[in-house]
Amino acid sequence: MALNKELTAAAAVAQLRSGMTVGIGGWGPRRKPMALVREMLRSGLKDLTVVSYGGPDVGMLCAAGKVKKLIFPFVTLDAIPLEPYYRKARESGAIEVMELDEGMFEWGLRAAGMRMSFLPTRVGLATDVLAKNPQIKTIVSPYEDGEVYVAMPALKLDAALLHVNESDRLGNTLVRGADTFFDHLFARAAERCYVSTEVLHDKLALDADTAKLNSFERYLVSGVVYAPCGAHPTYFGPNYGWDMDHFKRYNASATEDNGWQKYLDEFVNGGEAEYLSKVGGAERVAKLKLPVF
Amino acid sequence: MTETTQITLAELMIVAASETWRDNGEVLASGITTIPRLGASLAKLTHSPELLMTDSEAFLVSEPVPLGPRGDYKPKYEGYMSFDRVFECVWGGKRHVMIGPTQVDRWGQTNLSVIGDYAKPKSAMLGVRGLPGNSINHINSLFVPNHGPRVFVAGEVDMVSGVGYNPERWGEGMKQDYLDLRLIVTDLCVLDFGGPQHAIRVKSLHPGVSFEQVQTATGFPLLKAENLGETPLPTAEQLAIIQRLDPHNFRGAVLKNNPPALKAA
Repeated sequence: MALNKELTAAAAVAQLRSGMTVGIGGWGPRRKPMALVREMLRSGLKDLTVVSYGGPDVGMLCAAGKVKKLIFPFVTLDAIPLEPYYRKARESGAIEVMELDEGMFEWGLRAAGMRMSFLPTRVGLATDVLAKNPQIKTIVSPYEDGEVYVAMPALKLDAALLHVNESDRLGNTLVRGADTFFDHLFARAAERCYVSTEVLHDKLALDADTAKLNSFERYLVSGVVYAPCGAHPTYFGPNYGWDMDHFKRYNASATEDNGWQKYLDEFVNGGEAEYLSKVGGAERVAKLKLPVF
Repeated sequence: MTETTQITLAELMIVAASETWRDNGEVLASGITTIPRLGASLAKLTHSPELLMTDSEAFLVSEPVPLGPRGDYKPKYEGYMSFDRVFECVWGGKRHVMIGPTQVDRWGQTNLSVIGDYAKPKSAMLGVRGLPGNSINHINSLFVPNHGPRVFVAGEVDMVSGVGYNPERWGEGMKQDYLDLRLIVTDLCVLDFGGPQHAIRVKSLHPGVSFEQVQTATGFPLLKAENLGETPLPTAEQLAIIQRLDPHNFRGAVLKNNPPALKAA
């Protein structure tokens, strides 16, 4: 047993392969493992199937031409409702899509985690989600009700990427946000799950209340990446809010000539330490106010 | 009546929206974006205190949370409602959401995904989000701040995201029992689904708006409700509550030029 699962972001991303199906935790512009996403931007990965409640993770991977297919219920930056690079990719027909209801998406992850081929649901019937995804079949209840359900297929992931508040080297994690979304299901649906963490411990030693913040088991975790501010520019409660100035700049880059390349050159290509310094350092990130809804 | 001319159309729409949550019982009232959220909040603070509401993030609150920066205000938490729990609530049918889709058709089907060809759309929006699940599981109402034929389309919406009363979409064995579309609140009128086979009717016209004007702005034929009347103006009490819930006047930024509820005489 590997008691120390710590590795660098580059080493984690080096374990991914072109053509893989990669799930990315979080929700829109919240709790996204952006340090790992940026490392993917720096890599030679391509032809990925990305599975995400999409935010800037999806936009950036689309902008970088790494996405072959997107499995998603939405892509948004919330305060900036329309994600600029997702729109470009979608409107140009550059990506294949499997567009799902938010709950169907959850059901697909659950099915994968339970090693089921599908889970039944009423959701999706009578919509174009089924019409546009003919691979999704229906099934008739074997009981006397005879109801027709969608057989939501398992969304099996080759890898999942998550950002957590604390982790130890064994892969025990603590997740502290007001809402931690469906990260635990991404971990269960994946062959290999990589977590990046704000705080890295040698070994967690917890009281019972704190232990409740552990939402998935360490046997699901293949690698732990120490990445303070690793969700920036997304909202990562309770540590920091989203960086609206950065989102505005990112959004504006989509309408500039060569804007994506300029964004990459300015923020991404120099590595993560330079990124953090360019966005104002850990002190500034820690002061980003939590959003008020 | 100088006082009533200062009431805005947005405020009238908030009051109209609040009516959709009357007599729903103990359900989660979700108003998505400013006017629906203020409508749900007003409903809870006036005629329907039994409604459950969240802080629009993850917690149930016993009192609607004001919009925007709150100063010293502390939300009054009474429970937890993460997205995981919201989905459980949706599937159990204990919710009434009001959303603002990009397109609506005569069957109440909604679209939040793309405009134009699906493979290479003219405009990509958010994606279907939770519309398929919401619409097939619990009560839904709609909010349209720009009533026009590009929203209320002639045929089907370009990508059916939320289900409606189109019989051609419902095959044998599909359970339609939980589909329950209530009101559509627009900047011209309030519509419901009370016609034959759930056909859309004009329930009330906002002050100064004619049925013909609404029909012209709609891509399909509308019916008149038998008791078609005028959408009521907010009372002083309702206006005071709205002001308290929205101290930064976000409601004033929803409609272009923030028009008054009554056109100036």
